[in-house]
Amino acid sequence: MQTADLLPLVLVLAAVAYGFAYMRSRAVAAPLGGIRNLKALPVYYAARAALWCAIPALIILGAWAAFEGKVIQDMVMASLPPELAPQSEGRASLTLSQISNLAAGKLDPAMVPDGISGAAALLQELREQSSHFKTLLVVLIAVLGGTFAWTRVAPHINARKSVERTLQRLFFVCAAVAILTTIGIVFSVIFETVRFFGKVPMSEFLFGTSWSPQTALRADQIGSEGAFGIIPLFTGTLMISAIALLIAVPVGLLSAVYLSEYASRPVRAVVKPLLEMLAGVPTVVYGFFAALTVAPFIRDLALMLGLEASSQSALAAGLVMGIMIIPFVSSLSDDVINAVPRTLRDGSLALGATQSETMKNVIFPAALPGIMGGILLAASRAIGETMIVVMAAGLAANLTANPLDSVTTVTVQIVTLLTGDQEFDSAKTLAAFALGMMLFIVTLLLNVIALKVVRKYREQYD
Amino acid sequence: MTNPGSQAELVRRSLKRRYRKERRFRFYGITAIAIALFSLVILFTDIISKGYTGFIKTTVTLEVHLDGDLMYLNDATDPEQIAMADFQAPIIKALQGYFPQATSRADKREFSRMTGSYASNQVRDLLKENPDWLGSTRTIEFPAHDTVSVYVKHAGDPGYSIRLTEQQQRWTDELLRKGVIDTGFNDVFFTSGDSREPSNAGILGALIGSLLTMGITLVIAFPVGVAAAIYLEEFAPSNRLTDFIEVNINNLAAVPSIIFGLLGLAVFIGVFGMPRSVPVVGGLVLALMTLPTIIISSRAAIKSVPPSIREAAEGIGASKMQVVLHHVLPLAMPGMLTGSIIGMAQALGETAPLLLIGMVAFIVEIPDGFFSSATVLPVQIFIWAGSAEQGFVELASAGIMVLLAFLITMNAFAIWLRKRLERRW
Repeated sequence: MQTADLLPLVLVLAAVAYGFAYMRSRAVAAPLGGIRNLKALPVYYAARAALWCAIPALIILGAWAAFEGKVIQDMVMASLPPELAPQSEGRASLTLSQISNLAAGKLDPAMVPDGISGAAALLQELREQSSHFKTLLVVLIAVLGGTFAWTRVAPHINARKSVERTLQRLFFVCAAVAILTTIGIVFSVIFETVRFFGKVPMSEFLFGTSWSPQTALRADQIGSEGAFGIIPLFTGTLMISAIALLIAVPVGLLSAVYLSEYASRPVRAVVKPLLEMLAGVPTVVYGFFAALTVAPFIRDLALMLGLEASSQSALAAGLVMGIMIIPFVSSLSDDVINAVPRTLRDGSLALGATQSETMKNVIFPAALPGIMGGILLAASRAIGETMIVVMAAGLAANLTANPLDSVTTVTVQIVTLLTGDQEFDSAKTLAAFALGMMLFIVTLLLNVIALKVVRKYREQYD
Repeated sequence: MTNPGSQAELVRRSLKRRYRKERRFRFYGITAIAIALFSLVILFTDIISKGYTGFIKTTVTLEVHLDGDLMYLNDATDPEQIAMADFQAPIIKALQGYFPQATSRADKREFSRMTGSYASNQVRDLLKENPDWLGSTRTIEFPAHDTVSVYVKHAGDPGYSIRLTEQQQRWTDELLRKGVIDTGFNDVFFTSGDSREPSNAGILGALIGSLLTMGITLVIAFPVGVAAAIYLEEFAPSNRLTDFIEVNINNLAAVPSIIFGLLGLAVFIGVFGMPRSVPVVGGLVLALMTLPTIIISSRAAIKSVPPSIREAAEGIGASKMQVVLHHVLPLAMPGMLTGSIIGMAQALGETAPLLLIGMVAFIVEIPDGFFSSATVLPVQIFIWAGSAEQGFVELASAGIMVLLAFLITMNAFAIWLRKRLERRW
């Protein structure tokens, strides 16, 4: 049976265990004079049986399903005759897809060498065996677990305690998923990054001023050596993010001020959700807007003014990204402005200051750390934003300060390096992971600093 | 009465300037809001004006004489003959019926580019299904060729270039007058998967892919998120480990989504050997991505349950777990659901991580399970937005409208749920 079918089966078995244990606990209680003579309610005996039945079986099932594919793959590849054994990882994935297509019947056996069709037969056989063993093992463990719990339905055993302890542990495991995810992220970028620095020296990566990762497929081709200098990517990312912040910070901040200080209640009730709508629009929509409307508009405008503009200008991507983070800046500054104690504001107004003077001279200085934190968070979001730049910014890594030129960013390069056809082991794909690591570190630092700043500021008034 | 040099007089004199400043500041605020709202309006009008034509299809309805001699076919049940036959010929013949004077080879080529590239496949499939149609005359509705469709829908629009020849334009005008070429509601868009030909491309495949992916995301992220929130709010001892978990959750909430794509690529595909471009992997990646959102909103919901409820339950002898499961959780559920729906809406619009795990492939078939290759709505929009044919741009906009409709519905549902179920204490 497949994993997708086994999952419901285990749940059905757990339900059966639940039912049996429930009946048994009542049967045990009956001669004693009712369920009040049990240490726990019948549902707890039943729940314990269900947990005993399901949890070990599900763990085995999960582990098996996670590693089954990989193990079978490796066994099949190892079975290939030496003359067919692939030299590189790119070849390996090609051979592998050939084998699996053959096994699925999508490929004509006459089209491939004998060894491959043998491997396909082996793949088929291993898959069947694995599926048999998996089904057998999982059902066996589920039945054993359920039976064990069923035998342990006795009046002196407090089933509630063990059920509650198990649930609490389950809850802990769920909370620990956050740690696992972080570890997963760190490890998934770190290994490939280390391998990348084995091919390209770190100094070249960090300080090189030229980026052209087009490594050739054959070593003797011209330009087979790619250049991996991250500087043009960083400047490109910074330029687009800076343009975005130049738009978003004043607009977001001023609209937050207006909404919290001046706007009447009905105006706020209408405008605030509308601003939040901007935050809910998917990034791919902004990307579409930037690439097909704003970029051509800017190019035409520049031509009219007699300027030379690329059709994938940094300005277009930055502008649209700015629109995207307006609600982000405005809701963060709104929080910060509202956190400034009422007394400060009232004191200033009582002294005869106008509202704008109160805002500029009293509330802003008090809220400044929080606003800075918000801006840092917005910057981290702008740096990590992908779809807008993938669709509207270019691919050429120009080292330029002209916003009408086309630039590329770290995220654009990650996507391009990993979505095209490629050899998986090349410096090109590894470079994507190195870029991912840089991105992760930079955004993490920005977030940590921002949260520190915001928190420190909040403590002042609490 | 006033002393011209006094403080009060100085203040009074400066008042005008200060009020002017006040008005200016207020004006800046209004301008900022106007800019933001104006961008919103521009964004929506742009997408609607570009995309509404995506819901209109251009069709060519012809009386096709399925002449065996013309197609080199005398038995429609013979697969070998089917493979060799010329199904374009009867379509060209039918079009020629309207313009008898156009008989040259070049004319024929132009005729063949009036109907979509898959028109001959359509004839073939009809004949395969109904072999007895051979030799009869049937009324068949073909999708018009992309260039014809652009001409019919967008003639005179500077954003589109007309790629029909003069002669084809004359024909199209004539056929439009005769009602052979017609426009109607684009049902193809809602009933088919992707295609190389805009007139045959639809969003159903991506929609199903999105549903499958979101299903996985919901099944994983909701229970795990709620359980994690319960643990952190109710059971976690205050120690280093708990602090570390909290720091991790806060940081994960701010990690760029593309990093989760790298995680999916390296761990789920690389280490566990899961297949590329399947909803299961996409759902897992999006689940990890939305988890912090769900945990944070669920914690807020648990926090808002007043302590008196807990104390009352404990007072009559409930255990800690019973308090949580029987009282706190049901009361916090509306808030948790609201947060989760908003998290799911984010996940539904997410594109970048899915590009990295290969969900960007060109897939024609409608996905039929969690392990079949699929794409999702936002990625489909991305693919169409980058396609060369002009017809895909309007499809991308139409796709955006479908996506936005889903997002607005989900968010409205969340708001309704909050209003309906949430209690104020």
